[in-house]
Order: sequence, then C-alpha cells, then structure tokens
Amino acid sequence: MTPVLELDRVCLSFGGLRALHELDLHVDEHEIVSVIGPNGAGKTTLFNVITGIYEPGGDIRYDGKSIVGHSPHRITQLGIARTFQSLRLFLNMTVKENVEAATYGWTHATPIESMLRLPRARREEREVDAFAEEVLAFFGQRLQGYRFDQPAYSLSYANRRRLEIARAMATGARMLLLDEPAAGMNPNETHEITELIGRLRAERGYTILVIEHDMHVVEGISDRVVALDHGEKITEGSFNEVANHPEVIEAYLGRNPEALQK
Amino acid sequence: MAPIGVDEWVAQSGDRREQQSRGRALLARLGERIGWWPRLVLVGLVAFGYGHLGLNINEANVGFNAVLYAILALGLNIVVGWAGLLDLGYIAFFGFGAYGYAVFSSHAFGNLALSAGGVHLPVIATIPIVLVGAGIVGVIIGLVALRLSGDYLAIVTLFVGTAFVEAVNNVAPGTLGGNNGLFGLDGFHVGSARIGTTLGYYYVAVIALIVLMAALHLLDSSRTGRAWRALRDDPLAAEVMTIPVNAMKVMAFSFGAIVAALAGTIFAAQQGSVFPTDFQAPVLILIYACLVLGGAGGIAGAVLGGITVTVAQALLSSPLDSAYLFYGLIIVVLVARVRPWQHLAAVIAAIVGFGFATHAIVGAISHTAIAGSPGSVGWFATVLRDYVVVPANARTYGNVLYVVMICALILVAQLKGIRRLIAVVPTVYIAVCCWESRLIVDPGITAQIMIGAILIVMMGARPQGLLGTRRVEVI
Repeated sequence: MTPVLELDRVCLSFGGLRALHELDLHVDEHEIVSVIGPNGAGKTTLFNVITGIYEPGGDIRYDGKSIVGHSPHRITQLGIARTFQSLRLFLNMTVKENVEAATYGWTHATPIESMLRLPRARREEREVDAFAEEVLAFFGQRLQGYRFDQPAYSLSYANRRRLEIARAMATGARMLLLDEPAAGMNPNETHEITELIGRLRAERGYTILVIEHDMHVVEGISDRVVALDHGEKITEGSFNEVANHPEVIEAYLGRNPEALQK
Repeated sequence: MAPIGVDEWVAQSGDRREQQSRGRALLARLGERIGWWPRLVLVGLVAFGYGHLGLNINEANVGFNAVLYAILALGLNIVVGWAGLLDLGYIAFFGFGAYGYAVFSSHAFGNLALSAGGVHLPVIATIPIVLVGAGIVGVIIGLVALRLSGDYLAIVTLFVGTAFVEAVNNVAPGTLGGNNGLFGLDGFHVGSARIGTTLGYYYVAVIALIVLMAALHLLDSSRTGRAWRALRDDPLAAEVMTIPVNAMKVMAFSFGAIVAALAGTIFAAQQGSVFPTDFQAPVLILIYACLVLGGAGGIAGAVLGGITVTVAQALLSSPLDSAYLFYGLIIVVLVARVRPWQHLAAVIAAIVGFGFATHAIVGAISHTAIAGSPGSVGWFATVLRDYVVVPANARTYGNVLYVVMICALILVAQLKGIRRLIAVVPTVYIAVCCWESRLIVDPGITAQIMIGAILIVMMGARPQGLLGTRRVEVI
C-alpha cells in the first residue's frame, strides 16, 4: 500500500542555514504520527514545506502523486489541511464564517451566480451552512449555538485552537497537520485535545501528522514518533523507543545528561 | 472533572438572553424579523420620496452627488473594506468610466474618417462596453499589484491614478480633449427616450445604487465575500484554507473597477462633459472620507458615509446652514464628552459669560478692535454681535486666530480632568471668533477643513465609522 504522504530526501535552506536536510518521512492511511524535536529543529518548516508555503528540494508525494510546486490552496484542495502553531484565525469573522470560508475549495458558485442567487449558489450555501454546523458540533457544545455568530476574536485561547481544527476539517481534507494543538492549554484541556485527536481518526477517518511538545499528548496519541533535530531525522519508532533513544535525549538535554542532573 | 465538550456558559446562553433588558431584546428581535430586502425597499422608497419633494436644481444636484458618492464608496468598499487592499488608484476607474462613456457618446471620434460626427451609441450598448473594459483594466492593474501589499500597494496604485490623468492629458489630445476635456456629451438615450435633467439622473443613480446594494449584499454572504474577508484578516491562512488569494485580489480590483466605472458613466452623462480635473486626488480623498466615516467593511456604512459627506459639503457651502452645523457640532461634542451634567452646565455658562465679558473688556480698551461684525447671517449675527471680537479688518486677525485655535485644541487634548474643562472655555470662544471672522467668509475652504475636523473627531470617538463594527488586528 502506498503511504498517504511520503517525503523523499526533502531539503530546504534559508541562505546558508539548512532548515531541512535529506528528510525522509511517510505517513500511512489512518495513522497518527507525531513529530518531536527541540525548538528550531525544523518541525514547523516541515509543515510549511508540505503545505506548499516553501518549495523544497527533493520530492513530496500525496497519494503517490508529487505535490511539490503546487500553490498552498491547491495542496489543501488535494487533501492536506493544517492548523497553525501561532493561531491564524480570521479574527474579524464569526465562528461559523471561519469554518465556511474554508469550504471555498470544494464549492463552485461564481460571483454572478451568488449575486443572482441562482440554484447552484443557493444549494451550495445550504450545504456549506449544514456542513459548518456539523463540523462545529464535533467539538461538543464549545462552539455551538450563539457562538456561531460571535467574532472569532472573542473566543478563549482553547476555543481558538478548536476552531482552527474545525476550519482545517472544513476544507474537506483527508489528512490533518496539527501544529502544537495542545500548546498553551491547561491539563484539563490537554487531556481533552488528546481525546479529540483520537476521535478525529476514529470517527472521521483522518490521517494525522502532529507536532507536539507535550510528551503526555505524544504518548497518548501516537502510532509512531519521529524525532527531528537540525532539520534531520534522528530516529523514528514507537514512543518508548524514541523517548529513550540516546540521540533524542542529547538533542533535548545536551551531551552527558548525568552532569545536568547533579 | 467536567465531561468532555460540555460548556456551561454556552448552555446558559438562552437564559442570559431572556434576562436582557426588554427594550434591547425587542430591538434585537425586530432587527432579526425585518430581513435585509425590506430594509433595502425602505431605502429605495426614501430615495424616491426625496425626488418627489419638488426639488430645485441645487437640491437635485446634492441628491445626485450623494447617491453618486454612495456608489463610489460601495465600489471602494469591495477593494478596501472587504479585500483589505489599500487602492489609491481607484479614482482612475471612475475616470475610465466617464471617459469611456464620453468617447462613445460625443463627437470625440469625429476627426476619424470613418465616423464623421462622432460615435453616438445608445446607452444600453455603451454601459456594458465600458464596464467590461473597466473590468479588464481592473484585472490588468490587479495583476501588476499582485506581489505588493500594504504601503507598497498604495504607492503603486497612487501612480496608476496619476497616470490616468496624465494619459488623458497627453495621449491623443485631439480625441480625448486633453486639458480642455470633452463636452457636448449625449444624455442617456435609448431610441427616442432621453434623460435630460439632473433629477432624471438622480433616479437613474438611485436605481443603480439599490441594485448594487442588493447584489453586493448577496455577494458578501457568499463564498466570494467570505474569501475576501478572510484574505483581509490573514492572507496566508486564507491561502492555506483553499482560497486562491491571488485570484481573489485580482477579482476584488476588477469588481471595484466595474462599480467605479458605472458611477463614471452616470456622472459623465449628467454633467454632459468630462474634464481630467474631475478625476484627481481630491475626489479620491473624498471617496475615502466617505468610506472611513461610514465604516469600511459594510454596505450600509459605505452608503451612509457617501450621503453624509456629500450633504455635509453642501450644507457647509451655505452660510446659514454651515453655522448650524458648526455650532451644532460644538454643542454635540460638549454634551457627549462633558459629564456629569453639572459640569456641562458650568462649562456652557462659562463659555457664554467669557465671551460677553471679553467683548466688553476689549471694547472698553479699543473701539476699533470690535468694529467688525460677525460673518454669520440671520439670527446668528444678531445674537453674536456683542459676543465675538471681530476687528474691522478681520482677515489677518482671523488667520492668526486660526493658528491660535489649533494650538488651543492641541492643549485641550493634552490636559485631563478639571484643567481640561477650564481650557475648553477659551478654546471654544477662540473657535467661535475664528469662525465668525475668517472661516465663514471662505465657505469652499472651510468645507474642507470642517470635513477634516469631523473625520478627526469621528476617528477619535468611533474609529470603526458610523455603522462599522470594531475590528481587531492581532490579539
């Protein structure tokens, strides 16, 4: 079976800085893979490269077809949607509009059709409306009811994170790239997001690649963990294998961790 | 631990709504009940009603201009309010529409052998041709501007606006008339039916405005409108959320261009002539003022802004009306900003007393210093004769007073609390003297200053504009 996402010797440099170097990575259907690594390891750059924000060397294949060189909106339309570590919601739009805006890729009414409310525009609006409410219902009551019409800036931090995921889901993608979904959340909310990621796969059938610093979350959700440092893959495998790998410990704590513990 | 996904705040939202004050709840429910199109019909009825008041030529002109600027502000709102592209070349499309209409409805092509007497197409042919042309030019400008954003986009588009005027002046002056413009344009005509009066064009403009408002409202709530607003908030996130940002930018430019060109055709037909000076920076600034005052991002705001600015300008050009506006503005600002009412009463009493006292003292010292009379007419002149200090030759005095007034205003803005209240008294008095001795004498210039002042006050008190919603950039 071909993997859903496959990176083949991906390289990217910013001037003299090697952000990613000969990176191989694959994610299989319905798999949850975590990417870990210290700050500056290239994790978010990896997401930027996959979603087409930067054009890398090497090859990236989605469903066996190369997506290198496609513009970001095209790549998301093909089926890879992402969230942002530094929350980039459409703050001045309502909660529901945020989700609806992301359906642009799979709706087709032209402006003229919309202005005249021709049948296709009307039908699509109904579909988008129902779809947005359904996606938001996935998050329990958090983003329900009167919250539909609240501007996104009025949401709490945790709800913004949820809305980011909802927005990514609304693109119609099959694969989600989640950039630190539990960052800045309290233990309760972290626990909730862990369950949520599990449900995303179990109930919605998503394939998920996730960047996460919280090792409890990583342990709780991952089928496989990939450790990055300096843009290169150190190791990959089960959580326990990676967590106890000497090079991973070195990347996080420096050489000779016993010296630090004293 | 609470069960996953349960949020009490949300669950109780229904109860909270019930607890709202009954007046507000009633208003909110009424707003929900009346859909957008009955409101639009109401606007249309009011607009047509105005036309039936038996207007004189001046009033018809004001009405026409108000609707014209409302249309222009609507078009600008697409580019600036929705897509968030700071387009300073917008005015060029207004000009393009006007000149486009002019060349197809005049003797402009008369010097070409194949069309002696010029081209005189019926309006149902001219407008589509001009609008399609404007749309294409909008796409081209949009493509040029694609890689730019923010300040850089503003600079490049400003150049486009200037380039249009230069092009009209220098390219084919025989056809486009250069500095002298084109005149003797046909009115709107289909067959033998012809529109010849300003009132007629007023109705044409009102119909165009109502149709545009409906179309843009539907567009705003469609995928296209959402994509534009998403692009304004965060272009990168929009791109990653399947929105083709570049195409949306070009589309916004193009749609804005089409609306501006439509306004241009109506304007050219109503004027019967076009001149390059009609499409220069001052008009652009006025359109921006409309949008900013009304509130960028909303249809109702843009229209209200267009009407407000035009009507304010018209009022300011008449001495009596402008006096009402000036003194009304002072009173409104005082009432709105001075609390509690005891302070307000004290300040107003002090302003009145200060003026009469100053007049008496200055009069006792030198009789020539109060030899002039206030510039206002009607009952204002009677009331203010013993209040303001106006010397016989008020011109220089008024100029100096204007500078003093600006300094006093800056001082008031810096002070706080009771000191500010005390400083307000002489400041208002200086402003009144300045108004009576100098500002009201030159209504043309004063109108500009007053609109500027209104905008400054407005931006301080309500940055989102009259009907705008407050925007958040980054939290």
